[in-house]
Amino acid sequence: MVGPLVKGLMIVLKHFASKPITVHYPKEKVGSLERYRGLQAIRRNPDGSLKCVACGLCEVVCPPKAIKIEIGEAENGRRYPISYTLDGYRCIYCGFCEDVCPVNAIYLTREYENVRYSKEELLLDKKVLMERGEIVK
Amino acid sequence: MSFAGLVFILIKIVVVFALLMLTVAYLTLLERKVLAHMQVRVGPMFAGPHGILQPIADGIKLFFKEDIVTKQADKFFYFLSPALSIVPVLLIFAVIPFGDKSDIFGLLKEPIDLRITGLRIDILFIFAMSGLATYGVVFGGWSQNNKYALIGGLREAAQLISYEVAFTLSVFGVVLIAGSLQLDKIVAMQKDMWFIVYQPVGFLIFLTAAVAELKRTPFDLPEAESELVAGFHADYSSMKFAMFFMAEYASIVACSCLGTILFLGGWLGPSFLPPFVWYMIKVFILIFVIIWLRGTYPRLRYDQLMKFGWKFLIPLSFVNIFVTAIVILLVR
Repeated sequence: MVGPLVKGLMIVLKHFASKPITVHYPKEKVGSLERYRGLQAIRRNPDGSLKCVACGLCEVVCPPKAIKIEIGEAENGRRYPISYTLDGYRCIYCGFCEDVCPVNAIYLTREYENVRYSKEELLLDKKVLMERGEIVK
Repeated sequence: MSFAGLVFILIKIVVVFALLMLTVAYLTLLERKVLAHMQVRVGPMFAGPHGILQPIADGIKLFFKEDIVTKQADKFFYFLSPALSIVPVLLIFAVIPFGDKSDIFGLLKEPIDLRITGLRIDILFIFAMSGLATYGVVFGGWSQNNKYALIGGLREAAQLISYEVAFTLSVFGVVLIAGSLQLDKIVAMQKDMWFIVYQPVGFLIFLTAAVAELKRTPFDLPEAESELVAGFHADYSSMKFAMFFMAEYASIVACSCLGTILFLGGWLGPSFLPPFVWYMIKVFILIFVIIWLRGTYPRLRYDQLMKFGWKFLIPLSFVNIFVTAIVILLVR
């Protein structure tokens, strides 16, 4: 009867002596895994223009309807998004937009700290998404 | 009594009270830290370095909280019971000695007792007071007119009645050996050998019953967070809640002091440290053991608690007394 009680006490004492595994989150960060689906970004061409061709597939496929695109046409007949708005609070980070994109423009980054003080701050427009995105060769 | 004597006693009371309240406040931090490290966490870290200011922050928070009095509460007992639970615990500290006669490093001309006052029946007084403390909890549980609080209060009454017996009987062995009810004489008797050597079973019974008396895990049925919300103090808030809390932690200190004096030789120890430091070390070892028990064991079921108390602990303490008495009779 006493044996297991003492054994339990010893296990607790062993843990008392061991180093805590706590990560002090806002001060220290663990980062995200390689295939983590975080906040989106849109890739740019080497000349700095947007890779997006405003086909509208991501807007159609988006389950919570987080993406809104206004489609425009340039002089040379190319389609481009006049405005591209992604609501980071509506988005469920499913990654369908990345899968469906025919020109590999939109993609999900590993950014996981998606908390802002107001709702508007996560309404990502074309400019913000572009700035976040990488430039492709 | 002369005026100077009265002032002297008052100074002693204020010093003991202030030190006790400081200890109680920092005991909450100690418990949170120790428990956290036992669970491989770190505990409070943000209020000051390593959370050193946490008790002060907690105190300020509790002081400015809204003091809620529920509609259905019986007002008289509702207001009385926090005081009823803390006053007996504070009274216990009137007789607990903190050291031998001392002139406090040559500050005083004549050596003084490091205790507020001494009775010839210290131990009896302490048990009377710890029995009285039950009323605070029972009235508190009843006066809220709240089923959880009432169950908590009833459990408290039943548990304390059961364990008070074993608690008192466990000390009898020490009293038989020492032949005195005075705490300073009991400590003086342990000059050659601590009583824990003569009374190992008595010490274990004392510790178990003390944990039950203190309403702490694994005997924390009166306030069982996971089933009774908070038990007997469910509807209390602000400073009234804080008083229950202070009473609980002050009685941890009281029980540890008592265990140190009765079994661990009080302030006696090798002379490279002052007696008061030895005393504090032993008291904090006992407090650590009580927190350690909380970190290890799950809560007992109610019938297990009663069975353990009546069918195991009380008969064992009777056996302990008889064996001790017979051995003393044979030796002398």
